[in-house]
Amino acid sequence: MSYRIEGATGHWEVVIGLEVHAQILSRAKLFSGAPTAFGAEPNSQVSFVDAGFPGMLPVINRECVAQAVRTGLGLNAEIHLWSRFDRKNYFYADLPQGYQISQYAHPVVGKGSVEIELSDGTTRTIGITRLHLEQDAGKSLHDQHPTKSFIDLNRSGVALMEIVSEPDMRSPEEAGAYLAKLRQIMRYLGTCDGNMDEGSMRADVNVSVRKPGEGFRTRCEVKNVNSIRFVMQAVEAEARRQIELWEQGGTVEQETRLFDTARGVTRSMRSKEDAHDYRYFPDPDLPPLVLDAAWVEELRAALPELPDARRARYMRDFGLSAYDAGVLTAERETAAYFETVAAGRDPKQAANWVMGDLFAALNRTKRDIASSPVAAADLGALLDLMADGTLSGKLAKEVFEAMVDTGRPPAAIVEERGLRQVTDSGAIEAAVDAVLAAHADKVAEYRSGKDKLFGFFVGQVMKAMAGKANPALVNEVLKARLT
Amino acid sequence: MRPTELTIAEGLAALERRELSAAEWAAACLDAVERLNPRLNAFITVTAEQAMAAARASDARRARGEAGPLDGVPLAIKDLFCTEGVPTTAASRILDGFVPPYESTVTAQLKRDGAVFVGKANLDEFAMGSSNLTSAYGGVENPWKRGDAPGVRLVPGGSSGGSAAAVAARLVPGATGTDTGGSIRQPAAFCGIAGIKPTYGRCSRYGIVAFASSLDQAGPFARTVEDCAILLRSMSGHDPKDSTSADRPVPDFRAAVARGVKGLRIGVPREYRAEGMPAEIEALWQQGLAWLRDGGAEIVDVSLPHTRHALPTYYVVAPAEASSNLARYDGVRFGRRVLRQGDDLRAMYEATRAEGFGREVQRRILIGTYVLSAGYYDAYYLKAQKVRALIARDFAEAWTKVDALLTPTAPSAAFAEGEKQDDPVAMYLNDIFTVTANLAGLPGLSVPAGLDAQGLPLGLQVIGRPFDEEGVLAVGGAIERAAGFRAAPEVRA
Amino acid sequence: MSLDDATVRRVAALARIRLSDADLPRVQGELNAILGWIEQLQAVNTDGVEPMAGGAPEGARPMPMRDDVVTDGGIAERILANAPDREGDYFAVPKVVE
Repeated sequence: MSYRIEGATGHWEVVIGLEVHAQILSRAKLFSGAPTAFGAEPNSQVSFVDAGFPGMLPVINRECVAQAVRTGLGLNAEIHLWSRFDRKNYFYADLPQGYQISQYAHPVVGKGSVEIELSDGTTRTIGITRLHLEQDAGKSLHDQHPTKSFIDLNRSGVALMEIVSEPDMRSPEEAGAYLAKLRQIMRYLGTCDGNMDEGSMRADVNVSVRKPGEGFRTRCEVKNVNSIRFVMQAVEAEARRQIELWEQGGTVEQETRLFDTARGVTRSMRSKEDAHDYRYFPDPDLPPLVLDAAWVEELRAALPELPDARRARYMRDFGLSAYDAGVLTAERETAAYFETVAAGRDPKQAANWVMGDLFAALNRTKRDIASSPVAAADLGALLDLMADGTLSGKLAKEVFEAMVDTGRPPAAIVEERGLRQVTDSGAIEAAVDAVLAAHADKVAEYRSGKDKLFGFFVGQVMKAMAGKANPALVNEVLKARLT
Repeated sequence: MRPTELTIAEGLAALERRELSAAEWAAACLDAVERLNPRLNAFITVTAEQAMAAARASDARRARGEAGPLDGVPLAIKDLFCTEGVPTTAASRILDGFVPPYESTVTAQLKRDGAVFVGKANLDEFAMGSSNLTSAYGGVENPWKRGDAPGVRLVPGGSSGGSAAAVAARLVPGATGTDTGGSIRQPAAFCGIAGIKPTYGRCSRYGIVAFASSLDQAGPFARTVEDCAILLRSMSGHDPKDSTSADRPVPDFRAAVARGVKGLRIGVPREYRAEGMPAEIEALWQQGLAWLRDGGAEIVDVSLPHTRHALPTYYVVAPAEASSNLARYDGVRFGRRVLRQGDDLRAMYEATRAEGFGREVQRRILIGTYVLSAGYYDAYYLKAQKVRALIARDFAEAWTKVDALLTPTAPSAAFAEGEKQDDPVAMYLNDIFTVTANLAGLPGLSVPAGLDAQGLPLGLQVIGRPFDEEGVLAVGGAIERAAGFRAAPEVRA
Repeated sequence: MSLDDATVRRVAALARIRLSDADLPRVQGELNAILGWIEQLQAVNTDGVEPMAGGAPEGARPMPMRDDVVTDGGIAERILANAPDREGDYFAVPKVVE
């Protein structure tokens, strides 16, 4: 079912393209040896090159190139063994050189694609036009002083990948799914941490609308949207704005806009005349970037398993549903955790425990899987204790809660608290007899047809045995006694 | 002999023989600077205390037996090289107050080898010019005078006018310069000294205020070809901080100077015979060829058909790159800021750059901005880079027939301050013989070869194969020996 | 190619150099003289010629790459030492309203 917006003159289709700026994970910057860590003291992560001092020159960081290549490979894209850096010239206080070193004419990565999964179960292929390397700019703070803006160049020169999609998306959901997929792939590859709230991934959203069957109409760009949720909102807000304009007989002007998150609308950026005349030309301080095909192949061979491939493997080898496999592979850390738990055990049981009990515990303790209070190996050991009969399912849940609270392994907790399941039939028989004797009236009622009371007896036996009785045995003994 | 008379080679020998100390040599130079710089204006900044301290340290090293190849040699440093802790101006108001917290690679290497820096030499603003008249610190007086008009101030050439004048006037035995379109070779010719621009990539550009990144190269001035070779060795070498730096070992340039030219083929490019070229220059050129022939070289006519397009090509490429390189001069992080009450950031940029940059610099930035602007890139910059490739190809073909080329360095002797100033294009024609070597990235040397009828020096230029500075120095050395140029300027230490 | 007033102003704006009304004619004249002279390049046949890449004479050598090691930074004082206006550890400029 295609996404449509209802306007006064009929249905409208939305056309969306995304340009994502992703900060590359590396120790040092793209063209200088200054560090890239987030949140440091202002101007403490700046070299003279980053600050655009006279006579300073760029020298490229091999690992940043490798990260861009890895990402390109993860996007099924062509790697260009020959590419070139161009200068994008404009003036702004956080752009010290007065130009950004970017790649315009010849990017390092060409066409690729990603698959996205939608809530109705369908999948779509979204095209990638290109990926190129460029420098990030510094940061301006406009709210620290009544008449001055403050400039911090820590971020100036950090390596960015700009990933440009084809205008293939047709709904806010698709835009959101695409972003989530990109983020997931880069996190799997370790090329970008995808933390949109920290600014390490930002999206410029290109939106246009049209009547179904038409060619493309004019698009607008909504810049620097920093969450998936806001991207989806911005798409809708901008599409509606454009539809209204067209329907009132106006025309949409190509312009750059910002998304006002508080009011849920887009607004025009302050006039940036000449903003588009960047006077691109090849950077004369940098020879062409030439990659060795063998090096690219080495990078390819060393790539980790990508999310889609992993999800398919879980469905195939573990018999998990698409949904479950999707949840478990959403983050690389989750998948790694799950596989440790599942190794040599029932994968479905492992899946249920991870997605159920563990996720609930993480939610409650506000932790992520990397800092889980329960280690994967320990959860696995807990499953083993159920498999060998030491614990019933119910007891296991109790032990699990204790593991969350204490971080101790299950065997230790079982020992300390004497939670070992009771399977001694003599003890169970004795407990059953005691319960039935104490509730003779109910026994009579049961025997005359009130089947529901069986559960009551089970509960009483479990209570008498402090929950430690093996439920199956309790059932067996009760049945025998009650017939 | 007074220390200011010494060449670098002679001075190093005298230091070695303990006939001279570095402190004495530096003191003599500083004394000469103090006496003559107020008139010549060759220096923007004189670093007397640092020079004496460096000289004393040099003497101490020599006493310990640890002297480096340039230990104790006093030099002037073109004020385009960033020198740590010493004001660096690029002869521009926009760098008022700028004291670099870092050192250029070339000057660091000179220091490493023991050189003593006497001061920062004057230049055309941001290296843009052929006369030193665009400097915000005023013009430089050429120490040479016309026989028929000794009261007329002549220009030393540019952009490295201060460096050339300082060496010619014997204030220092050597100096650094940079050459983007001829800014070492042309002032060397105007001032009767030697100067060499090495192959693009031979010297590091790190820490040199950039003018045109694909054309700029550092190089030395001195009174002899041998001295240039000595300085060039210390200045050269691969620098990992410059991505355009050539990864090649540095040969012993000095050893090449006395090689001679026997068996070499010397090319004479016919297109360098410019229309209206003064007869004296043509005559000197012929004389130079004769000297080389006498030395055992074969003279060969060659053609470099795209020569006449070199100047306009240069005046597209260089301003384009400069317009981008000079965007960082914006009053935000260093240098001068012009900010009036109520001005916003954009107004600050516009006022800072309008007041901080001189007219020639502004012209070149505007030309460069225009040729890169939307719709014009293909017609101008891209076109010029293609013509440049053709110019380079002309030379590559010439090298299949000859080992080096001999041409005049400049189309005239030094001209007067006042002549040619109002017409930018007329001024640009000064570079007519020199820009080709920058466009093709080739080494070029100017050697003083004779005097014109007014007693002003004339230079001959040797252009060589990529990375064959040795061949260029060998030819230059042969010309120098044959020419026996002993003349000295009127104004001198 | 002759530049009209509007183009000269636009170029000056792109270059962030204030151009007064008084200076416009002179600058316009100078730029037009230079551009007129440069026009001769159009006559050169460059069909099939690859533009020269940078300044290296024997064709461009491939880009040298550095290792991903932190070798710089932690020098805020030196970075800020030449600042025309400094507020704490920041560069200060007239406030920008976006």
